Amino acid sequence: MTYKSETMLWLAQRASAALLAVCVVVHLVTIVYAVRGGLSAAEILERTRGSMAWFAFYSLFVLAVTLHAPIGLRSVLGEWLGWRGRSRDVVLSLFALLIAWMGVRAALGVFA
Amino acid sequence: MKVSVKRNEVFQEFEVPREPSQTVLDVVTYIQRRLDPTLAYRYACRVGMCGSCAMTVNDVPRWTCRTHVDRVLENDQITLAPLRNLPVIRDLVVDMREFFDKWARAKGEFHGRLSRHDQFDAVRPDSPPRQQADAGIECIGCGVCYAACDVVKWNPDYLGPAALNRAWTLFNDVREKENLQRLRAVAGDAGCHACHSHVSCTERCPKHLSPTRSIAGLKREVAKAALRGDL
Repeated sequence: MTYKSETMLWLAQRASAALLAVCVVVHLVTIVYAVRGGLSAAEILERTRGSMAWFAFYSLFVLAVTLHAPIGLRSVLGEWLGWRGRSRDVVLSLFALLIAWMGVRAALGVFA
Repeated sequence: MKVSVKRNEVFQEFEVPREPSQTVLDVVTYIQRRLDPTLAYRYACRVGMCGSCAMTVNDVPRWTCRTHVDRVLENDQITLAPLRNLPVIRDLVVDMREFFDKWARAKGEFHGRLSRHDQFDAVRPDSPPRQQADAGIECIGCGVCYAACDVVKWNPDYLGPAALNRAWTLFNDVREKENLQRLRAVAGDAGCHACHSHVSCTERCPKHLSPTRSIAGLKREVAKAALRGDL
């Protein structure tokens, strides 16, 4: 990978971290606020289904995780296991696709 | 006091008398002159200018000529080893070639814009770029930061704190003309973006410089150049 691509990965990592900082706080506060009286799965789905605003928010959350986790893991694999080169990037691209697929599936299931 | 010296992966014990205002370099010199003339170590100036006498003292990389025994003695004992992250030549002497080759790879040499026929550049000492350069300029190349850096250990290609600090001082020199090439040289996985800001370099630098701050500056400038499409 060239220094340009590596620089863009670094920027994506920092930008997605900034997004995650907001998303995680909103996510946790919402959970704590919503379940303070106890909630069943059916009640949760009743509230969330059809909410496009929350769907958009969680889509953004999924995007941030999709970018952030594989880039962070890339450094961990390089520094701790010495795994560098193309094979690492191919496997992490697949890992990113897996996260994106699982995330979008979850968001669709809860909000669509 | 007891002094353990790492020699060829084995620690050898010596008994060295305490003296007033004794430095760790004095201790090593005593061992070499009085106890074992085969001990190899490196020094030149003895006054904290040349950067050649750095070693690992009680597991911490330090300049030994300005480290007083009083400050590091633990239970009347000192342990000495060569600097980490560099190949050992013999005893306490490490091979610094890779360390300085990385300065060259980080474009650590000056390339002036002007020729001898031009007027001098007026460099105001209080201008922000000059102050940024001055903050890192006093590096003596001792390798203490390089030995203290975890990222160097994990990623042998990483240019390291000293080379990147050097690149940052040149980047802030208004007379320099090759800054874009310099940003390209320090970008990426082997350059400034590998730094995790553990701050070990800044913690250990005997000249109290902050390579961490210099590396953060490079990250900012590389990011700006990338976003402008110049990189």
